[in-house]
Amino acid sequence: MSAELFRTCPESGLQFHKPAERLMKAHAVASIVFLLIGGVGALLVTLTRWPAVHLLPADRFYQLLTMHGVDMLIFWLITFEIAVLYFCSSTLLKCRLATPKIAWLGFALMMIGMVVNNLAVMNGDASVMMTSYVPMPANPNFYLGLILFAVGALIGCFVFLGTLVIAKEEKTYEGSIPLVTFGALTACIIAVFTIASGAIILIPTYLWSIGYINHIDPAMYRLIWWALGHSSQQINVAAHVAVWYAIAAIVFGARPLSEKVSRTAFFLYIAFLQLASAHHLLVDPGLSSEWKIFNTSYAMYLAVLASMVHGLTVPGSIEVAQRAKGLTNGLFEWLRKAPWSNPIFSGMFISLVGFGFIGGISGVIMGTEQINIIIHNTIYVPGHFHATVVIGTTLAFMSLTYFLIPTLFRKQVMFPGLVKWQPYLFGFGMAVFTLAMMGAGTLGVERRHWDMAFTDSMLGFDYPASAYTFMGIVGISGTAAVIGGAIFVLVTVLSVFFGKPVDSESAWGFTTSRVLRAEPIVVPEGGHAAAGKWGFAAPGTFLLAIFFLVIFVIYYVINWKYLASVWPIS
Amino acid sequence: MSAIQPPAEIVWWKQPLDRVEGTWIAIALTWSLIMFFMMPFWHIYGKQNLSNEAYRTTPQAFLAKTQAMVDEYTVRTETAANLPVVRPPPGSDVYLVGRLWQWWPLLEFEKGQTYRLHISSMDWQHGFSLQPVNINTQILPGYEMVLTVTPDTSGEQTIICNEFCGIGHHTMLGKIYVTEGGQ
Ligand code: HEM
Ligand SMILES: [Cu+2]
Ligand SMILES: [Cu+2]
Repeated sequence: MSAELFRTCPESGLQFHKPAERLMKAHAVASIVFLLIGGVGALLVTLTRWPAVHLLPADRFYQLLTMHGVDMLIFWLITFEIAVLYFCSSTLLKCRLATPKIAWLGFALMMIGMVVNNLAVMNGDASVMMTSYVPMPANPNFYLGLILFAVGALIGCFVFLGTLVIAKEEKTYEGSIPLVTFGALTACIIAVFTIASGAIILIPTYLWSIGYINHIDPAMYRLIWWALGHSSQQINVAAHVAVWYAIAAIVFGARPLSEKVSRTAFFLYIAFLQLASAHHLLVDPGLSSEWKIFNTSYAMYLAVLASMVHGLTVPGSIEVAQRAKGLTNGLFEWLRKAPWSNPIFSGMFISLVGFGFIGGISGVIMGTEQINIIIHNTIYVPGHFHATVVIGTTLAFMSLTYFLIPTLFRKQVMFPGLVKWQPYLFGFGMAVFTLAMMGAGTLGVERRHWDMAFTDSMLGFDYPASAYTFMGIVGISGTAAVIGGAIFVLVTVLSVFFGKPVDSESAWGFTTSRVLRAEPIVVPEGGHAAAGKWGFAAPGTFLLAIFFLVIFVIYYVINWKYLASVWPIS
Repeated sequence: MSAIQPPAEIVWWKQPLDRVEGTWIAIALTWSLIMFFMMPFWHIYGKQNLSNEAYRTTPQAFLAKTQAMVDEYTVRTETAANLPVVRPPPGSDVYLVGRLWQWWPLLEFEKGQTYRLHISSMDWQHGFSLQPVNINTQILPGYEMVLTVTPDTSGEQTIICNEFCGIGHHTMLGKIYVTEGGQ
C-alpha cells in the first residue's frame, strides 16, 4: 500500500484512495447525467398530466413515462448509491478499494445496460412501464439492459464488501465501522437480495420475450418483481438515512445519540425487507389476508418502527450537537439557528421532514390491507413515492453532492447564491406536487393515465372539478420542482467541469463543513440531558416527533372513515 | 466521534439509551402494534374486506360463462357498438371481462342487494377501478377474482382501467348502473 495512492483533503481531513476516487467521480457524474435524462422525461410527463396543457400524444406519454420511471428509479439512484458505497467504505475507513479493475468492469456493465435499455424504450416497442408486467411484451433489449445493469451493480456491491474485509484485515480503523458505513452495509445487503430477486424474474422474462419460455404466470411475476421493486426502495431508504447521519456529522460534528439504537434500527431494515413485496399485492387475486397482513406490515411494522427511530435520532443528534455549542434557549433555538442557507444542511433537513411527514405517513396508510382498496393504482401512489424517492432520497443525494464537489472533485461550487435556494425550490415544489397527487388520488384519478377526461372512450366519465384543480397544481408544482432539479444538474456539471479549483477553505462556498476537523463535542456536566429539558437530551426533537405522531394518527383515522363509506365488499 | 468515524467506545453496545430514545421507541412501538391489530379488527368488525376468493381459470372458460350470463340477462344495449347491459338477479354470480380495451358487459344492479362479481382478464393485466365510489383491485389473466359487493348508493358508477394496458388504456371504461330497490 503506497502512500501516493492516497490523497488527504486538506480542508475536510478525509483520505481518498485515488483509484476509488476516480470510480466515485465516474459514478457520480454518470448518475447525474441519468438524472438529467429522467428529468427531461419528468417535465414532459408532468406537462401532459396537467389537464390544461396535455402536451404529449398518448404513445409518447407512455413511452416517456416508462423512460422516466426506469432512468430515475433504477439508473439515477443505484448509480449514485454505488458511489456512496465506495465513499463509505474506502474513504471513511481510509482503506484502499478492493479490485478497482473489477469495479470498472461493473461500471461499464451498468453503463451498457443503461444504454441498451434506453435504446429499447426509444425504439418505441418497450413502452411497458418500469414494471413490465407480463404478459404485455416488450422489446427483449428492455429486459437485457436491466439485467446487464443489475450485474454491474452487483459487482459494485461485492467490491464494497471486499473493501470492508480488507479494511478489517489491514486494520485501517479501530473498533467497529462507523455508523454511516454500517448504514451503507445495510443498503448493500438489501441490494444483493433485491438484485437476486431481479435476476430470478427478469432472466426468465427475457427468455420469454425471445421465445424460449412460453408462459410466465402473472401473479408469480408480480410477487417476485416486487421483491425487487419494493425491497429496492429499502436500499434507497438505508442509503439516504446513512447520508442524513453523514451530513449531521459533516455539518455539525454530530454523533449518534446511541450507536446501539441507530444500528439496531438499520438492522431491522434487513430483517424485514423481503416482506415488502406484499405492498403491491394487497388487492391481487389468489393471496390470503393473513399473508397480506403479516407481510405488508413487515411483521407488525417493525421496519416502519425503524424509520420512526431514525427520524428521531438524526435530528436528535443535531439538537444535542447544537445544544453543546450553547444554543440551549427554549426548545427550538438549536433549529432556528441552524445554517439554513447552507444547502448541504437545508436539503438534508427538508429531505428528512418530507420523507417522514409525507412519504412515511402516506406509505403506511396505503400499505394497510383494507385501505389499499381505495388507493391502489390511483395517482395517490406516485404521490407517495415521489415523497420518498424524490424528497427523501434524491434531495439527500443532492445535498451530499454539494459536499462532494469541493471534497471529491476539488472544485468550488458555482453560483452559491442560487444554490442556497435550490433545496427549497426542489423540496417545496415536490412537497406541493406530492400532496396534490394524493388529493387527486383520493378522488380516484388514475396513475399512468394519459387522459383523465376519457375523450376517446365510448362511455365517458367526469371527475369532479376539484380533481382537475389538483392535477393543475400537480402540473405547476411539478414544473417548479423540475426547475429546482435543473439548477442542481447545471450547477453540478458546470462546477465539476468548469469550476475554479478549491485552494483554501474560504473557497468552499459553504464554510460550515467541519467533518473530521470538528472539535469533539464537550459533554456538559451532568451529561447531555443537562443541556436539554425534562431529562431529555433532545426535547425539541421529541416535541416534533410527537407532532408527527399526532398528524399520523389523525390521518390514519380519516382514511378508515373514508373506507367505511365505500360499498360493503367481502 | 461522529457518525462517520468508528464509535469512540469500543463496546458501544453497552452505552445506555438516552431517555428521549427509550420513550420514543416505546411510543412508536405501541402505535405500530395498534396499526397492526387494526387490520384483523377490521376483518371482524369492518364491512370492506376482500375475501380473497379467487380461482384459476382460462380466458376461454371465463368468456364462455360471461357469454352465458349475457345471453340470459341482457335487458338492453347501449352506444353505437350495441354493448349489452346485463341485469342479473340479486345474489347471483355475475361475470365481468376485462380486455383490450373494454370492460364487458355493462351491468345493472339493484341497491341494497348482494352480488358475487367475478372478474378476469382475457389478455394483459388490467385494473378494476370503480368510480366515484372508489374501489380498486388488480385483474390478472388466468385468475378469476370474486368480489362480493353490496351497492349501497344508487346511480351510475364507471369502471375505469387503472393498470396500464397499452395504447388504449385511457379509453377502457365500463359501467355499473345501480337502480333503487324494488323496481
Ligand atoms: C421534479 C422532478 C419530478 C417530477 C415533476 C416528476 C413527475 C412525475 C409524473 C408526473 C409522473 C407520472 C405519474 C403517472 O401518470 O402515473 C411520474 C412518475 C414516476 N416518477 Fe417522477 N417526477 C420527478 C422526479 C422523479 C425522481 C427523482 C424519481 C426517482 C428517483 C421519480 C420516479 C418516478 C417513478 C418511478 C414514476 C412511475 C413510473 C411508472 O408509473 O411506471 N420521479 N413522475
Ligand atoms: Cu385495461
Ligand atoms: Cu389499462
